[in-house]
Amino acid sequence: MGKSNVFDLLGPIMVGPSSSHTAGAVRLGIMAKKILGDEPVEGTIVLHGSFAKTGKGHGTDLALVAGLLGMNPDDERIPDAPKIAIERGLNFSLKAGDLGDVHPNSVKFDLVAKNGGHVQVIGSSIGGGTILIREINGFQVEIKGDYPTLVILHQDIPGVVAQVTLLLTTAQINIARMLVSREKRGAQALMVLETDQRIEEAVLDLLRKLPRINQALAIEPL
Amino acid sequence: MRAYEVWIIEAETKGIKISEVILQNQIEELEQSEPVLIERMRTNLNVMRESVQAGLVGKRRSLSGLVGGDAAKVESHREKGGSLVGEVMSGAIAKALAVAEVNACMGKIVAAPTAGSCGVLPAVLLAVEESRQVSERELLMALFTAAGLGMILAERASVSGAEGGCQAEIGSAAAMAAAAAVELAGGSPRQTADAAAIAMKSMLGLVCDPVGGLVEVPCVKRNATGAMIALMAAEMALAGVKSAIPVDEVIDTMGEIGKQMSCSLKETAQGGLAVTPTGRRIQADFL
Repeated sequence: MGKSNVFDLLGPIMVGPSSSHTAGAVRLGIMAKKILGDEPVEGTIVLHGSFAKTGKGHGTDLALVAGLLGMNPDDERIPDAPKIAIERGLNFSLKAGDLGDVHPNSVKFDLVAKNGGHVQVIGSSIGGGTILIREINGFQVEIKGDYPTLVILHQDIPGVVAQVTLLLTTAQINIARMLVSREKRGAQALMVLETDQRIEEAVLDLLRKLPRINQALAIEPL
Repeated sequence: MRAYEVWIIEAETKGIKISEVILQNQIEELEQSEPVLIERMRTNLNVMRESVQAGLVGKRRSLSGLVGGDAAKVESHREKGGSLVGEVMSGAIAKALAVAEVNACMGKIVAAPTAGSCGVLPAVLLAVEESRQVSERELLMALFTAAGLGMILAERASVSGAEGGCQAEIGSAAAMAAAAAVELAGGSPRQTADAAAIAMKSMLGLVCDPVGGLVEVPCVKRNATGAMIALMAAEMALAGVKSAIPVDEVIDTMGEIGKQMSCSLKETAQGGLAVTPTGRRIQADFL
């Protein structure tokens, strides 16, 4: 473990019983909802590895649904998440499955939003409540949710990355980390930028108007 | 790498408490003011108090049904005058079980340092609070002492059962609680180190073997174990008993033992109590 602070050792404040299987699972649900960008109305949740094997006893299933409903890890309504989901019109199903060579505490969300949007997200709870989003709609990503994050779906041609970074420079937004992946050369690509500053709606609108940008989404940190 | 010894020397040189050294260190590293850090710690203390109260009522059961109601039994036993070990010890046992039960029953707790070991520190501090006059400020500062030692444990060894076994979770919690109890009882910085070392030494080698992989059996009762060892170590250190092996070396040893420990005994539920005939039966019945 790297350098820590007192609140890493006393905290988080959370609903038990497990930081990885409960608190981390809530945070995975929250991130999936943020990536969807709207209230989910349909959710298929696939639990992998230890999440599938010991998830029931850790309330992992309840925690994942609670996250999709926007609850935080210290929300005492987490045990009632399935009931609240029905009240809010979220149809969900949970099943065990094999997601391949991923972390033992992993989950796949297939979500449909109220506005008709659809997203597929794979993420892992990597210890102590820390999470990592590994895949969005088939693209490899690495999102921990500790920074404001910009996810941009674009065409893989020269100059697109430069346009985006130039716009961020103008907006005085500093890039902390950046990752670009693509289906194949010249096809669709995904850019993930973690930034030091919050990405305002106005900046997002400008980004969306740039040529070759198909989608742009700003995700607030957890 | 951090060393607890460095903080002790700083505290002794300046004639201040170890908690004040740790608080100053965190004001610098987190770039936040003292009132902000104190307030964040107060939030932790308040949730600790709530979790003790919620657990002592003992109405809830865990998802597997294995856990719940034992804290209330111990509390009621003492209230009827039946305690064998006295007020402080019995009170700490009940409180440790209470918080660990709340955790197992999906209630709200403060991970200290982990969710599985969340009962030890609140149990020890709040049992000491009941037995002698301590201010809220003193309790908050004792939490900084505990958390500071926790930082050393996390950096030099581990506070994760999957990495170091139960000694890394309940053992770390016991060492943190021992140091905090000594400061709360008016001990010196050096005595907090002796208490932490004695507590950690008493926990070396303890494996993480949860039945069914759940944070229930034996985790809940081991929170009471950790609280008892912390109070024992604090009592010895306050009396002037020293640890022959310095605390930083004991912590390094805990890390080394954790590495040598078989994977089957590190939270995988593939060894120890988890694979006893009864452990297997419980797992088969529930999962």
